Amino acid sequence: MNKCAISSMVALLLMMSAIPIIAGTLDEVKKRGTLACGVSTGLPGFSATDEKGHWKGLDVDGCRAIAAAIFGDASKVKYAPLNAKERFTALQSGEIDVLVRGTTWTKHRDTALGLNFAGVNYYDGQGFMVSKKLGIKSAKELDGAIFCIHAGTTSELNLADYFAKNSMKYQAIVFDTHDQAAKGFEAGRCDCLTADQSQLYALRTHLSKPYDSVILKDIISKEPLGPVVRQGDDAWFNVVRWSFFAMLNADELGVTSANVDAMRKRSVNPAIRRLVGLDGDKGQSLGLPDDWSYQIIKQVGNYAESFRRNVGRGSSLKIERGLNALWKDGGLQYAPPMR
Amino acid sequence: MERRGASVCSAYALTVMSRSEAITKWWNQGRNRVLLFQVLLILGTVLFFFLIGANALSNLEKQGITSGFSFLSQKAGFGIIQTLISYDESSTYGRTFLVGLLNTILISVLGIICATVLGFLVGIARLSTNWLIAKLAAIYIEIFRNLPLLLQVFFWYFAVLRSLPLPRNSLQMGDWFFLNIRGIYIPRPVPEQGFVLLGIIFLLSIAGVCALKIWARKHQEKTGIELPTLRTSLAIVIIPSTITWFATGGPLHWELSSLQGFNFKGGLTVIPELAALLLALTVYTSSLIAEIVRSGILSVNHAQTEAARALGLPQRKILRLVIIPQALRVMIPQMTSQYLNLVKNSSLATAIGYPDLVSVFAGTSLNQTGQAIEIIAMTMAVYLTINLTISWLMNRYNARTLLQEQ
Repeated sequence: MNKCAISSMVALLLMMSAIPIIAGTLDEVKKRGTLACGVSTGLPGFSATDEKGHWKGLDVDGCRAIAAAIFGDASKVKYAPLNAKERFTALQSGEIDVLVRGTTWTKHRDTALGLNFAGVNYYDGQGFMVSKKLGIKSAKELDGAIFCIHAGTTSELNLADYFAKNSMKYQAIVFDTHDQAAKGFEAGRCDCLTADQSQLYALRTHLSKPYDSVILKDIISKEPLGPVVRQGDDAWFNVVRWSFFAMLNADELGVTSANVDAMRKRSVNPAIRRLVGLDGDKGQSLGLPDDWSYQIIKQVGNYAESFRRNVGRGSSLKIERGLNALWKDGGLQYAPPMR
Repeated sequence: MERRGASVCSAYALTVMSRSEAITKWWNQGRNRVLLFQVLLILGTVLFFFLIGANALSNLEKQGITSGFSFLSQKAGFGIIQTLISYDESSTYGRTFLVGLLNTILISVLGIICATVLGFLVGIARLSTNWLIAKLAAIYIEIFRNLPLLLQVFFWYFAVLRSLPLPRNSLQMGDWFFLNIRGIYIPRPVPEQGFVLLGIIFLLSIAGVCALKIWARKHQEKTGIELPTLRTSLAIVIIPSTITWFATGGPLHWELSSLQGFNFKGGLTVIPELAALLLALTVYTSSLIAEIVRSGILSVNHAQTEAARALGLPQRKILRLVIIPQALRVMIPQMTSQYLNLVKNSSLATAIGYPDLVSVFAGTSLNQTGQAIEIIAMTMAVYLTINLTISWLMNRYNARTLLQEQ
């Protein structure tokens, strides 16, 4: 049996004895002293380790924000690298507390799998990467092509839908991890690598000649990616969801890791005073310390900072904010008010 | 406390013993007692699994996870690159299961055949009196037996794949064979009218050859004269089939592959994932089988060889008639384990994208439906069934070789 089958079976056994894990994840995490956070096995910009072995990325910042809110220390996270096939079992069985791993919010996952999506930290869509030599401009020219895909993702289903809709034929070779799929593409086993567009940009940085490949303009699906928790634990769901909303609200109010201390001392804006934990009910309703959101902004930063540092202009991916701009700038990112 | 407990125990044992001297209670009779413990063990096991199952179900329900086997009739909606039965994106998860199962059986059967043949050759070469051949076989065994199988799978897949050309620059032999990074393309036989007749004639001639062999053996047992049957057999197989072939006007044509658009279409394709996995499994398992063959042959007393030589048998016949039948007794149980390992190891397919059961069913299907318990249980049941079947067949074969010896 391979690694995945073994871990699935271990997870199964865990699931069978999982009664105490279901309720009270927040208490459980506090008692344990670390947050168990499921991330990808390595996707630059979203969750990957740097040369020193520290986890970095937009998804990793999601984990760090939750840890900062609970413990006042963003480093109290135990990362569990998971491939797409393992991720839900790991969450369902209680091996991890939260999954922040570019997971698409779909009806089936939200309902039948016993999961809840706590928000959307990245609005994405499925795209295609092909070799520049082929001279292809549009996805419609891909009839008869072979695709490399990462197993167990929505990409597999979207691809089938798209080709059926356009009465075209395709073949798919399905790999266990992003990395293997990219290797297959680089070796020339397939004509096209397909995944969420952000992932294509990330994987392209790993190719030996990144600029020999182009990412097509076509986007064939909507992929709202966000943090996931188990169904049936509302208190924990609130903590995860509002940790993310705190970063978005900070972005909207212009509070950054650099100016949060000054704002906390001087700001007269009531919204900012509530955000940094001076007014309002503070952390009580969430079961968190009063300075929970201050700690998130101070240690992790607001959404704009995290985006820029990991996937935007400050990173090697150079992805535009696009759909992920705030609602007031023409994007989709919108957080309910903090009051 | 302890001492008191112990003394109570020994007192009890004494009373039991003294009573059993008089009348043996039914639970103290040897056979009954064995039966009693076995029944208790079975009951305990059943209860254990029942509790686990009930607990798992109630937990699933509490977490709001759907369970049951109704997903098998739902539409799967994803493509698979190699299917032995008809399959497309509109097929069900049940069909996906069958596709994966057949792909697993295909790679296992091919792997077992190739590994056995290669393993025998290497094992015999290892014992060769030719120094070079023996050493080369030893090097082969030591290299492939000691490297982790997953590494070998990756090696054959990525290293070999990288050195192959793209479809437009395929290596080719005429219009018949093409080799490129996407696979090996060979002509596909398409049967036409009269093909069934040809098949029947061919099978009849094979039956004829079998009859001839049996008759020749009986003849030899009676008279001691060995009849040369090779030429007659060849004639029986070739002549009638050839006549039928021409009489029916060649009832078979070949569909060739050709480059259309991105890739080759038509003909038969052996995908590189299958080739790489088969190579890795064959090479790895054959290196283990080679050692089993060696141990089997060495276990046969050298006097047997000398006796056979004294009878004037040629070396090839000594091997075939004297040594291997006796060596098999040592080899078969070990070979069974290797076959079982090979079947289990075929699940490494998922690492390189060969669509076996673990990849398409316990992988993609599990992830799309989230029915972990049902799918993993079905997958485990499949491997268990395949392997129990292999064990059963091999044990029967083992029993037969044992009988022959006596």
